Amino acid sequence: MSRAHAESQPSSSAVAVAWWRDNPLLAMGSTLGLVLLLMALGAPLLSPAPSDADTTVHLEDTLQPPSWSHPFGTDQLGRDLLTRVLYGARVSLSIAALVLTLACLVGVPLGIAAGYFGGRVDDLIMRLVDVFLAFPPLLLALALVAVLTPSIASATIALAVAWWPWYARLARGQASSVAGRQLVESCRALGLSDTRIVFRHVLPNAVTPIVVQVSLDLGGVILVSAAMSFLGLGAQDPVPEWGLMVSQGRSYFTTHWWVVTFPGAAILLAAMAFNLIGDGLREVLDPKRMAVSS
Amino acid sequence: MRPETASLVRYIGRRIATGLLVVIGVVVLTFVISRVIPSDPAAAWVGGHVPVEVLEQARQDLGFDRPLRVQLWDYLRGVAIGDWGVSLRTRRPVLTDIAVGLPASIELVGTALLLGLIVGNPLGLVAARWKGGAPDVLVRLVSVIGVSMPVFWLAPILQLVFFEKLELLPVAGRYDPALYYTSRLVSYTGMTVLDALIGLNGPVLRSSLAHLVMPALVLAAYPMGVVARMVRASVLETLGDTHIQMVRSLGFSEAAVFGRFALKPALNPVITVTALIFAYSLANTFLVEAIFNWPGLGLYAALAVQSLDTPAIVGITLVVALAYVLGNLAVDLLQAAIDPRIRLQ
Repeated sequence: MSRAHAESQPSSSAVAVAWWRDNPLLAMGSTLGLVLLLMALGAPLLSPAPSDADTTVHLEDTLQPPSWSHPFGTDQLGRDLLTRVLYGARVSLSIAALVLTLACLVGVPLGIAAGYFGGRVDDLIMRLVDVFLAFPPLLLALALVAVLTPSIASATIALAVAWWPWYARLARGQASSVAGRQLVESCRALGLSDTRIVFRHVLPNAVTPIVVQVSLDLGGVILVSAAMSFLGLGAQDPVPEWGLMVSQGRSYFTTHWWVVTFPGAAILLAAMAFNLIGDGLREVLDPKRMAVSS
Repeated sequence: MRPETASLVRYIGRRIATGLLVVIGVVVLTFVISRVIPSDPAAAWVGGHVPVEVLEQARQDLGFDRPLRVQLWDYLRGVAIGDWGVSLRTRRPVLTDIAVGLPASIELVGTALLLGLIVGNPLGLVAARWKGGAPDVLVRLVSVIGVSMPVFWLAPILQLVFFEKLELLPVAGRYDPALYYTSRLVSYTGMTVLDALIGLNGPVLRSSLAHLVMPALVLAAYPMGVVARMVRASVLETLGDTHIQMVRSLGFSEAAVFGRFALKPALNPVITVTALIFAYSLANTFLVEAIFNWPGLGLYAALAVQSLDTPAIVGITLVVALAYVLGNLAVDLLQAAIDPRIRLQ
């Protein structure tokens, strides 16, 4: 298939069509992801009323149904919902990106150390990982935020604390499979330092599965952080956070359907985007599954 | 002792030892969350809105003025003997509250998990059978929607549609309160549906089943997605195995290869991870129970979180983590008993 493409030098639109045909779910996920990124980056330009994402309220315009001037309607404080949903993409994406960056920064080095050195270091780190993995992420994060002060910053730190052990376990598996190979033995015999071996041979091996996991987890973190805000332990008003918007809209929902529907749909589509991308990447990148599919 | 038995006993011993270590670690972590991280642990334990003298008294009564090492030892002992503190909101021992809420949660999560398995299994099989075709793409899309669904959004939408608009299902609760007087329910298990069945209480049975539909459906979305995805992957992997290739080369039809030879080995791993899905469905239970006013652990935890009831939050966290560790231990031991390859590792 790929050779045929190379010979005929297809136009970019033909490539897009082929992509949608061969891997429609990855294509759908990437499109959704791209839309999400555009929403986040372009929020100030796309929003009908950018100041509504902040402290502005319009008490004369509360709970207006969707119209030309307010395509998604307005909320209980008269703020334009489309604006707040667009700015919500910024909030959710930056929380998720920050949480997973922190989780990787802590988890990957610990996991590589455990897998590479083995023995006592391995035992110690992995028992610690087991302890953290015993807690469902939402529960551990809620318990942590409850004893701190509810805010986006606390929620981000708490979610990173809940998420790092997954990356430690993943990195450990990769590192220990490489550490046993002859390649690494020979590097040691040649007198290469551990640091050099880790950076040249162990880390590059772990990158692919970590990238797949990060893309899947972006969806998971978006869901859990929205749930935290829904329960009142995440973002606080006036931050335009989707989960918080659903929570605030619930009291008016039976008579004003738009206040809950639009922010909730944004959460679903954002989580779907990353789950589709992660699944698609795994299918494309994992050689074992490729063997199965052929 | 035969060598196989000896290796099994050794494996069980080792697995229980590491399991215990993790249990202690879990308790220590909850200690760190409730006593080390808060700037004023006493305020977190008795509530922030009390007079200074009361707070000081509590600090001494609870021993929060002593060195952390002593406190940790006391805490471990308290957890072991069942002294888990008193809830700030209900003013009852946390462990009592947990025991009261547990049956309702088991009823809800169990139903949801069953629904997830019943729907997810055939979906996964269909996807694997027609891999790459339209049914496969559709099933994978449905399964992604299931795992990406914010339950706190789906729940109000279903309430709006089935209660407000169609008036088909009750909005929340476990059964119609009017039945408290006309058909009194005797409690045997704490699970309403089961109790009504045992007591042959028709009206309560009908009402409780109707109340169970919406929360169970919402909660089933996640396990359904995970099961469908896993069954598909597992069946596809089995289809690539050598024993399936041999059966194919012997000339069996594709339907026979699929139904008679690939299905059973493919479903075994799925059964063992059901425990794991159970644990992950628990997180959504908080939200679903809070929205449907379902009086289980989830509602208890959600109310505790909203009123910053630290003893209750820590108690729930502890009980869920302990259940997870012990569940995993049980699954591992069961697998070792069935599959000798595991204990020889």
